Amino acid sequence: MLYQDTIDSEVLVHKPWFVASTFAVVLALFLMYNLTGTTMGELMRPVIGDPSQSGLYGRFAIAFVIAVAFSLNLVLIGFAPIKAQIILVWLELLLLILAFFKSFELSLPFIRENLPFLITQGVFTTLYVSAISLLFASLIAIIAAVAKLSSNGFAYGIASFYTSFFRGLPLLMQIYLIYLGLPQFGIVLNAVPSGILALSVCIGAYMTEIFRSGIQSIDRGQWEASRSMGFGFGLTMRRIILPQALPVIVPPMGNTFISMLKDSSLVSVLGVWELTFLARTIGQPTFHNMEMLVAASLIYWVLSCCLELIQSKIERHYSRSKLR
Amino acid sequence: MIASNSQLLNGLGGGNLSPENGNMLHVAPLSSQEPSNQKQVPMTADKIIEATNVSKWYGSFRALTDVNLTVRKGERIVICGPSGSGKSTLIRCFNRLEAHQEGEITVNGIRLHSKMRNVTDVRKNVGMVFQHFNLFPHMTVLMNCMAGPMWMKGLSESEAKKTALKFLERVRIPEQANKYPVQLSGGQQQRVAIARSLCMEPAVMLFDEPTSALDPEMVSEVLETMTSLARDGMTMVCVTHEMGFARAVADRVIFMDRGQIVEQGAPNEFFTNPQHDRTKLFLSQILKH
Ligand SMILES: Nc1ncnc2c1ncn2[C@@H]1O[C@H](COP(=O)(O)OP(=O)(O)OP(=O)(O)O)[C@@H](O)[C@H]1O
Ligand SMILES: [Mg+2]
Repeated sequence: MLYQDTIDSEVLVHKPWFVASTFAVVLALFLMYNLTGTTMGELMRPVIGDPSQSGLYGRFAIAFVIAVAFSLNLVLIGFAPIKAQIILVWLELLLLILAFFKSFELSLPFIRENLPFLITQGVFTTLYVSAISLLFASLIAIIAAVAKLSSNGFAYGIASFYTSFFRGLPLLMQIYLIYLGLPQFGIVLNAVPSGILALSVCIGAYMTEIFRSGIQSIDRGQWEASRSMGFGFGLTMRRIILPQALPVIVPPMGNTFISMLKDSSLVSVLGVWELTFLARTIGQPTFHNMEMLVAASLIYWVLSCCLELIQSKIERHYSRSKLR
Repeated sequence: MIASNSQLLNGLGGGNLSPENGNMLHVAPLSSQEPSNQKQVPMTADKIIEATNVSKWYGSFRALTDVNLTVRKGERIVICGPSGSGKSTLIRCFNRLEAHQEGEITVNGIRLHSKMRNVTDVRKNVGMVFQHFNLFPHMTVLMNCMAGPMWMKGLSESEAKKTALKFLERVRIPEQANKYPVQLSGGQQQRVAIARSLCMEPAVMLFDEPTSALDPEMVSEVLETMTSLARDGMTMVCVTHEMGFARAVADRVIFMDRGQIVEQGAPNEFFTNPQHDRTKLFLSQILKH
């Protein structure tokens, strides 16, 4: 939360000038687009007659209706308590998104038919590939972060080269390099382990930087106090520094986790039966490509919502010692 | 003389901490007469900290120049001096938070050097209280105090808790045990920091300007805690500008300037009859307000 003043300010969305200007902006925006040929035009048929014949009047009427609806919405929601406001806005946006998807005229029965397999096989694979990669990435990251902070030139050299290389190369290349390159050294990995390895080192490189900055954000005094009590490096790190760095680390980690969840779709190029791969293989031959892709996207979204929830739980847990 | 010395150490109540008595105190107290001392220690072990010809550089800047200082068991030393004179640097060398480049420092019989493997043995025996408290903000007050005994001395959780509560009682805030550091006032936080160090039952306590980050009305509660520690015979080295405290508690006041010990003496003498011009100037500046 931003710092809240204790004085109740007038609600912005109830100020006439604000409502008037939003109304004007929305009206202007929608006047720029000719919506007479869309569903919106059809809905307005009773007022404007045949949409295609309505001309400027039809355009104006549609824009006007949308602007009124928008402003009214803004004002009315402003009266609800904050929780209800959030839920209402979410619901409205959801409806809009669904309406957007609906405009593709997707075949719902096809989705319904294939969804179970998409979930049992695709989601399952995506989840375990991501989870294992996450685990390895975290391990790599913490070691590399300590190496980057150490005074040992060799360790620093390796760690900084590692982060530079794996943050710099496109993930797709890394996946190919590992899958096709490692066999040159006599290491033959299957598709799934290759994918996991590639994701781990790539995400590990990003997380290294997150960990490093988190560790560095802790006041020197904490190290000094810990050292002055005789705590060694490992103990200080585990019990004093990392627990304090975690609240700093968690939000960017949440970001990384979510993007890695979706990046895991890149291992589909190796033929791993994860979500994206399945969506495409089921969709393509039957010309229901869009159905499967939309379904898969929504599943990715649901999964990342779960990650968001976990993240906010952890953040709340760590904000305890900051509360007054 | 010796009698009055040990009397002081035993912490028998009454005005024996007045400046009149203070001036005899740089004589080494007899360890055998100290109640908190478990076993008989030979006289040579009396020196808890011994620094000889210590010099330290930060890059090319010389922060300490040939410092000689001996701290004996039960002694209470106050170090003062202008900002940047090397007071913090000196006491941070005593628990090897800083490295010195020349000379020798021996703490509790262990010589400090860069290749030592037993620095933990030194640090367990040297408590340090910082200007900005440096409590562990993610732990409760109780846990701050339990951490040392549990992790360094291998005490069980219940034993550590008993120790922690005992020392929180000692600094008179046992009721705050389950709060987090941010929920306490500055003075309370500093007292927790003192308790945290005491829980390790150190042989000597180092204080680095423990009251200078505090609001005026909180200074006295921390000074009282420190005074009562002194009364119980704790060996202390204190960097502070609280001259009232120095007068009442110190056996010896040390004045540092530009990395050197310029002058030292019993508080009475030090304050009433300073020898060096720099000391006089410093005292006149600090006593003006
Ligand atoms: N890490 C460092 N790197 C370089 N110079 C330093 C460092 N720490 C301290 N110094 C310098 O060493 C000198 C002594 O510093 P020190 O902190 O010991 O002074 P002090 O007597 O404690 O002063 P104050 O009363 O302000 O705390 C100062 O001139 C300071 O600038
Ligand atoms: Mg200082």
